[in-house]
Amino acid sequence: MTDMITATGLVKRYKEVEALAGLDLTVPEGTVLALLGPNGAGKTTAVRVLTTLLKPDAGSAVVAGVDILADPDGVRSRIGLSGQYAAVDEHLTGFENLEMVGRLYGMGRTQARARAHELLERFALADAGDRPSKTYSGGMRRRLDLAGALVAAPPVLVLDEPTTGLDPRSRVQMWDVIRELVASGATLLLTTQYLEEADRLADDILVIDRGRAIARGTADELKSQTGGERVEVVLADPADRDRVRSLLGEVASGEVGVGENGRELTAAVDGGVGALRRVLEGLERESVAVLDIGLRRPTLDDVFLSLTGHATESDQPTTDPSETAEVTR
Amino acid sequence: MSTPAPTFEQSRPTGVVRALTDGWVVAKRNLIKIKRVPEVLVFVLISPIMFVLLFAFVFGGAIDTGGVGYREFLIAGIFAQTVVFGATFTGAGLAEDMQKGIIDRFRSLPMSQAAVLVGRTTSDVVYNVLSLAIMALTGLLVGWRIREGFLDAVLGFALLLLFAYAVSWVMAWVGLMVPSVEVINNASFIVIMPLTFVSNAFVPLESFDGFLRTLVEWNPVSALTQASRELFGNVDPRGAVPDAWSMQHPVLYTLLWVAIILVVFVPLSVRRYRLSAGTK
Repeated sequence: MTDMITATGLVKRYKEVEALAGLDLTVPEGTVLALLGPNGAGKTTAVRVLTTLLKPDAGSAVVAGVDILADPDGVRSRIGLSGQYAAVDEHLTGFENLEMVGRLYGMGRTQARARAHELLERFALADAGDRPSKTYSGGMRRRLDLAGALVAAPPVLVLDEPTTGLDPRSRVQMWDVIRELVASGATLLLTTQYLEEADRLADDILVIDRGRAIARGTADELKSQTGGERVEVVLADPADRDRVRSLLGEVASGEVGVGENGRELTAAVDGGVGALRRVLEGLERESVAVLDIGLRRPTLDDVFLSLTGHATESDQPTTDPSETAEVTR
Repeated sequence: MSTPAPTFEQSRPTGVVRALTDGWVVAKRNLIKIKRVPEVLVFVLISPIMFVLLFAFVFGGAIDTGGVGYREFLIAGIFAQTVVFGATFTGAGLAEDMQKGIIDRFRSLPMSQAAVLVGRTTSDVVYNVLSLAIMALTGLLVGWRIREGFLDAVLGFALLLLFAYAVSWVMAWVGLMVPSVEVINNASFIVIMPLTFVSNAFVPLESFDGFLRTLVEWNPVSALTQASRELFGNVDPRGAVPDAWSMQHPVLYTLLWVAIILVVFVPLSVRRYRLSAGTK
């Protein structure tokens, strides 16, 4: 299997900060790689470099067999990019947007129109195709933007945070659309802040932080690295702490953690719901009152915490100016 | 081994031809916007009418323009000022596209790197054509007349549009550098206001002295105004011949400026476009 995207040692500096600090990545043909990381990790910078929008300060990359520095135009004709914000012209109708993109890819008028109709149909936008896209909902705009990336049926697709800012229903719709694309054999690089999204869409996940790759694996591998699922208990009375700790100890796969206030106990577990049930039974048997109990799946925060030792909170310096803009929007 | 590009890619023209064909696609997109947001056009057209009326009635009696009535003298100046200001649209349009991420979409397409700029500067000529037409009509109503031949008048309008086109490439360059539409509007006001006021657009050259006079004589806006006045026949035939070469050959001098601006700013703007990292 050949690699459709290969990047080696990509470096991009903005003044003092390094948005990319030697990023390596590969995406084999027909697979999906998710770049997972918090704001400012360098995801968007990586996307911009790989799609020829930005020149790296060092390093090299080959996309669909074409060197990004030697032949950027060749790369552009083999990729489709859908950005973080739906880059559709709001005054143009959905149809006009897609027709324009087709023409700019070098299609003839007839071909560009036929392709526009086909894509509107495929993305459930046919009814709205003749309305200016500013009348579209956020989800519709994203779909139109994605359709724009597919006009030339490029072998490589790059989606930068395709669902950020969408409501849950539109997000699920978008996932379905992306999954269909993948099933039809496209090679896809997508960035996301959500582990769940990476989990659902990607074959492989590359966790990046401060411009470098810090882990690569499937969603399951990453989760197990972070300790998998956890049972969390919040006690009504801190005096019960030791009893509950030993209860948790029976199901825990590692140490039982105690929160700073002494009321919160956490234990990584392997058995999932089964483990939770055993803890609940134990609590009932010993008549321990709890304020809250639950099974938590690892979030991006947990993955981060365990991989880097620091959280993904916004107090972490944002290293990518191209991503700070979204905060102020 | 590289993956083949889609088949329709193979037979594409290159270089200038592609810049023009892709540019036309982008220009059409901009023209659709004029159609969809007619409010913009309304204000574009109202402001020159306002200028004509304000100057004609407020300053009309106060400024001595020799053998030519002030209103007749004024209109060419208003033409020049308005079309130069019109270039701001180019910068504002690009700054807006940049802000909305549309430039990123264009830049990720295998299209000519000059096309977005060619398309924008071309479609903005439409604004200037329309505002010239409206101003000419308003001018005729308040007493302006075309006294030379029809062909000369056509040349006069063509020269105004050509100069404005060149200036729009300067604004394109600025528009790609500034972060927002508001900035470009203010920036262009700061530059264009003095450029048009320190000229013979609203007051005769003779009313300036010393250093300022030299500045006015060599200001391209003065040459543009002088050239249109001559082509429309709005100069006093018995008036004194100006001393400066630029004022004796205003058409040539204006064309010289057009050439210089295009030679400098077309490559500068295209380069800027290629490097533009976008604002987000």
